[in-house]
Amino acid sequence: MEHAASGPAGPAAGAVAGLPAAPSVFGPPAIDCDVHVAVPSVKTLLPYLDDYWRDQFLTRGIDRISWNMTGDPPNAPISARPDWRPQAGKPGTDLDLLRGALDAFGSSAAIANCIYGGAALHSEDMAAAVCRAVNDWIVKEWLDREPRLSASIVVPLGSPELAVEEIERRAGDRRFVQVLLLAMGEVLLGRRHHWPIYAAAERHGLPIGVHAGSTYHHPTLAGGWGSHFIEDYVAQAFGFENQVLSLVSEGVFAKFPSLKFVLIESGVTWLPPALWRFSKTWRGTRAEIPWVKRKPSEIVRDNIRLTVQPFDAPDGAARLERIVEQLGSDRMLLFSSDFPHWHYEGTDALPVAPSSPLAQRILFDNPVETYPRLKVPPAREKETLS
Amino acid sequence: MSTTVLERAPAAQRGTPTPVKLSVIDCDIHPQVKSPAELMPFLPKQWQDYARMFGGLYRQVFSDTLSHPRIAPDVARADAWPPDGSPPGSDVPFMRMQHLDANNVEYGMLMPLNRGPGNQRNLDYGAALASAVNDWQIEKYVKAEPRLRASIVIAHDDPPAAIAEIRKRAGNRNFTQIMMPPKSIEPLGRRRYWPIFEEAVAQNLPIALHVGGVNGFPPTGGGWPSYYIEEQHTNVQGMQGLLTSLVIEGVFERFPDLKVVLVEGGIAWLPALKWRLDKHWKRLKAEAPHLRLAPSEYIRRNIWLTTQPLDEPDRDSDLAETFELVGFDRIMFSTDYPHWDFDEPRFLLGKLKIGKENIEKIFSGNAKALYGLA
Repeated sequence: MEHAASGPAGPAAGAVAGLPAAPSVFGPPAIDCDVHVAVPSVKTLLPYLDDYWRDQFLTRGIDRISWNMTGDPPNAPISARPDWRPQAGKPGTDLDLLRGALDAFGSSAAIANCIYGGAALHSEDMAAAVCRAVNDWIVKEWLDREPRLSASIVVPLGSPELAVEEIERRAGDRRFVQVLLLAMGEVLLGRRHHWPIYAAAERHGLPIGVHAGSTYHHPTLAGGWGSHFIEDYVAQAFGFENQVLSLVSEGVFAKFPSLKFVLIESGVTWLPPALWRFSKTWRGTRAEIPWVKRKPSEIVRDNIRLTVQPFDAPDGAARLERIVEQLGSDRMLLFSSDFPHWHYEGTDALPVAPSSPLAQRILFDNPVETYPRLKVPPAREKETLS
Repeated sequence: MSTTVLERAPAAQRGTPTPVKLSVIDCDIHPQVKSPAELMPFLPKQWQDYARMFGGLYRQVFSDTLSHPRIAPDVARADAWPPDGSPPGSDVPFMRMQHLDANNVEYGMLMPLNRGPGNQRNLDYGAALASAVNDWQIEKYVKAEPRLRASIVIAHDDPPAAIAEIRKRAGNRNFTQIMMPPKSIEPLGRRRYWPIFEEAVAQNLPIALHVGGVNGFPPTGGGWPSYYIEEQHTNVQGMQGLLTSLVIEGVFERFPDLKVVLVEGGIAWLPALKWRLDKHWKRLKAEAPHLRLAPSEYIRRNIWLTTQPLDEPDRDSDLAETFELVGFDRIMFSTDYPHWDFDEPRFLLGKLKIGKENIEKIFSGNAKALYGLA
């Protein structure tokens, strides 16, 4: 429980004492809570597999497969902004482009999320081997090479037991700051099936990141499968909404009161109306779930966080301030660039005026409070090192 | 052992009589593209752009491979890779040399699986892709190798588009059948698919149901299996479920002349399924008064099956007995070339002790009769 209860942190929390984090392009220092790194191909993972799995991958030709996810087609316009698209290979495979984005925003730190189909494999053993390889690869190819980066732990989505093993394996490396799950998997996230993951995460001060995406083990719409990618993208919000309902209703936050869930690439504007409805229904049906003793909207305020990109509202800063008012908390939103995805141009990633008091909270204070393991390099680190 | 009849030794040079080689009709040969770009010229510009940008929208997590990794690269025999390294099945001269000539194939039925037009969630793309795959089969395979016959691939979840595609191809005798994946978004016996069956009957074309399809449902009633060994076996229950649907929904009552070929789903399960269907039908037929025959009678009349992967009982006599229960006139030889679980004609001959006449039916006679081949 050493990290579980992180109190409110000041602006310089996490920075080396006496050296505040550097200002970002927006003014206050920024922590980018969602940048993407992508495994170029299965072949990339071969050096990180043990003998049995390397042999399996080679003899079965698995090394010749990309495991591109249906929901994340690498050549789709949304998958990479033109200036963030590498000349060759998948978006998210070029460290220099990522560094360029961190420089452009002036981000002091960033959390790398690797969304990879390998985690969704039906074979728990193969998925676990792949996740272990991906995490090793993240350390070697990204974290060891770029000090501003932290990362989420990729875990096999079908096996809480093996997911916990992977969390324990990574917990000693404090550059891993979060456990990564998907918005639409095989079993709703509130179910007790997943609780061992939450116990391990809480033990190590790791929030649970729930990223947009689906294992496609179930249709993306309640009525089945639509015809277009647009439908699947929009449906992510429905998936997140159902997970919020599941987490609260099943009692995850009664059992793990200090655990934070971060909804990543979820959009934001659907949440207030969802909570109005949820809290209203709870008033009428709360006897069914007696462990939920507070209004769902209050629990969500305490335990759920959201990244801001892609921000799902018309342009105009006033909208975000209304949303925050409706949520009743300025602690819930976390800055993200969603590099390399294409949702905005230039550095127009902050859906609130930089002069607003909200900006400091979204850019820095909220991320620091959410990620107790995150180390923010101080402003003068470069000069100190040189 | 009867395998000698197929040996390709240059017997004449050794001064011995040339053995009469058994000619075979292979009802399951898989063509393949050398690369996805190979289909592009057959697609309209709009769908070329779609294919490049999105690749295809599926009901499974991966866009470029099935969700259970297979046991061999490209699911293929290790020796089926052409010398230039292109994918197995993608090189016509190599296929001719390795399979069509070597195994004395008189006719071969193409079963294109790649890119899966019927699996596309975008129905317009599925229809365009089906049409492209059909043109491609003729241009690349049938024109180069007249022993090969194409299958009319359709996007079955859009019946009007599927029917238009069938009509476009039906006059071309190089297409011998219509091909659909058995894993559809509703069981194939449901009425949404009946217009396709009606058209098949009108055009006198059999419908081949080759195992596969990506419908987004777990392949077992209890959920998703972990391993390929399990997932591959779900084809066996999958075919049984499909047949149960076709029979009980009344497809063969409504379309008595419909001919359905079950490809690569095995055979040995069929007697037991017929017994089970008949038993429950007898007690419950009040629920299905539209069935005027026992389920087994529709199956005997309307269903054909292919041999590969051959079920292998410990005693060969059990195989012969099973074939007899299914009907020697309803079973057609297939190899599944170039896939890893390929069955050689010699292997099948060695296992089947059913007399020369039945052997001839299974290796070519039944397919000739069904497809109207000379």
